Amino acid sequence: MAQVELSDIRKVYPGNVEAVREVSLTVPNGSFTVLLGPSGCGKSTLLRMIAGLETITSGTCKIGERVVNDIEPAARDIAMVFQNYALYPHMSVYDNMAYGLRNRGTPKPEIEQRVREAAKLLAIEDFLARKPRALSGGQRQRVAMGRAIVREPQVFLFDEPLSNLDAKLRVTMRLEIKRLHNRLNATSIFVTHDQVEAMTLADQVVVMNAGLIEQIGAPGEVYRHPASRFVASFIGSPAMNLMPGKIVEPGVVETPGGKLAFDTARFDASGEVEVGIRPEDIHVAGSGTSGIPFAAELVEELGATRLLHGNFGATPIIVAVPASGTIYENKEVRLSIGPAAIHLFDKTTGKSLAR
Amino acid sequence: MVEHRGFSRFLPHIVLVIGVAIVAFPVYLCFVGSTHPQDIVANGQMPLTPGPLFFETYYKTLFVGSSGSTREPVATMLMNSFIMACIIALGKIAISILSAFAVVYFKFPFRMAAFWLIFITLMLPVEVRIYPTYKIASDLNLLDSYAGLTIPLIASATATLFFRQFFLTIPDELVEASKLDGAGPLRFFWDTVLPLSRTNIAALFVILFIYGWNQYLWPILITTRDDMQTIVIGIKKMIVTADALTEWNVVLATAMLAMLPPVMVVVLMQRWFVKGLVETEK
Repeated sequence: MAQVELSDIRKVYPGNVEAVREVSLTVPNGSFTVLLGPSGCGKSTLLRMIAGLETITSGTCKIGERVVNDIEPAARDIAMVFQNYALYPHMSVYDNMAYGLRNRGTPKPEIEQRVREAAKLLAIEDFLARKPRALSGGQRQRVAMGRAIVREPQVFLFDEPLSNLDAKLRVTMRLEIKRLHNRLNATSIFVTHDQVEAMTLADQVVVMNAGLIEQIGAPGEVYRHPASRFVASFIGSPAMNLMPGKIVEPGVVETPGGKLAFDTARFDASGEVEVGIRPEDIHVAGSGTSGIPFAAELVEELGATRLLHGNFGATPIIVAVPASGTIYENKEVRLSIGPAAIHLFDKTTGKSLAR
Repeated sequence: MVEHRGFSRFLPHIVLVIGVAIVAFPVYLCFVGSTHPQDIVANGQMPLTPGPLFFETYYKTLFVGSSGSTREPVATMLMNSFIMACIIALGKIAISILSAFAVVYFKFPFRMAAFWLIFITLMLPVEVRIYPTYKIASDLNLLDSYAGLTIPLIASATATLFFRQFFLTIPDELVEASKLDGAGPLRFFWDTVLPLSRTNIAALFVILFIYGWNQYLWPILITTRDDMQTIVIGIKKMIVTADALTEWNVVLATAMLAMLPPVMVVVLMQRWFVKGLVETEK
């Protein structure tokens, strides 16, 4: 096991396309780090540079104590799980898992032992003689992980390994990956665009956008204290409500919906700002006279919760309420929004104004 | 499927039967002719049923030879044709799979230029460059040899193109997985590309074997000795135009024998052939 240390990594493609810009990141030994971001944000490129499948334009990549910039992928002591599994279609499951070890000249009895162990761990012992095309998507995914496990690498790399599976299987495999990590305790780097995967799997979430890291933190941290407007809108479902605001007096921000108090211990702001409020932090106070008036034009039923769609002035707003309560469609209600629910961002840079 | 009723149920079969008859009847006539005495075939009174001389004619054809301008027994010609067709087919496959591998998986300067150079040779078949090719072959002392028969026909743009298109459908992740598994380019070729190309190779072998077998112009130029000639040329040489009588029964028997190996290759490899052209193992 080893830690991975990236410093000032850049990737420029021919035609001067900058996919990754000055990224520095430390993946601690044994941690599960998830690179999260929309497609094209550079997360896969970053992972492929760690794997050695892309050259690093500038900066250094260290695995353990070794700078691996110019080391062949096979010699980096890593294993990678691909999105489309990339199993060798003409080889049996056993051969797929054993291939890398054979190329390295591992003795036969040891290969046999490692493959059997990994197969047992992943419950694919019964399929060892089969070809990949005779397996289901979930089983193929397991074989792909088995192929990584038998190599006993220092770092596991996952490139959106769950996105080819159907929704239900994705949840199961997610749990399995988590379980596997708890058991093997191997340093893992996982790329995904799915925030639920990121939140559930990660010890450390790295949110990326446009080739830059927006925030690094624990999943709860990233959710509760987003470092920028991008992170705020990317993490959480439904997305955080964002609206323009103006600080009118210390601790009070004026939004299109009305004046709201914010926590001056957390935010240091003045003048024009961007206000963010999570849908689940807004509560319906009933139909009294205090609070912000709100009319739900549309209600989305999600089972456990209901989403009320309405407006603060011209800004569309979503409010999440428990599904067991009253139905608010086309009714004027009052909303209560506590000071802790308010996030403030710089209007131009989008950075959080947290102290 | 469209469900057919009444007459229309038989229509497709009638069409098929007519089609088969058109193709098969001349072949049948050829076979019938090869079993009758030569004078019956020559005077145009050949019956539609096989005659009594099947074994005599085929024995003579295979092991004795005709009295025409070539006296070589057909067994030798069959062997020559078979060796030539196999070398051409296997040589073309070996060269084109390697060049396609280079063009698809390696980044080197003028990669596309190299590919287009190969591609352009499509416009230069042997017939077009026949004089320079002959000159080179004769300067290299390749006349009357298997090397001379086959090497000029081996360079192949079609097969390279065919393999290139197939390699482009192999997912990049497979290359990357191989890299991570510590397989170098040759190992990747041997362990992954070659096994995945099996059906394509089989399909191509069928096509190229028949291409090689049917070669006429080049072998007639490059071979002068009777014991090096191929069966396709042998048939032509047996038909004498001067005063002598053509032994038509022997000529027809040779034609029948010339047909057999390509038919065998197609029949034996049919399953692979269809698989290689329509599906891929991915």
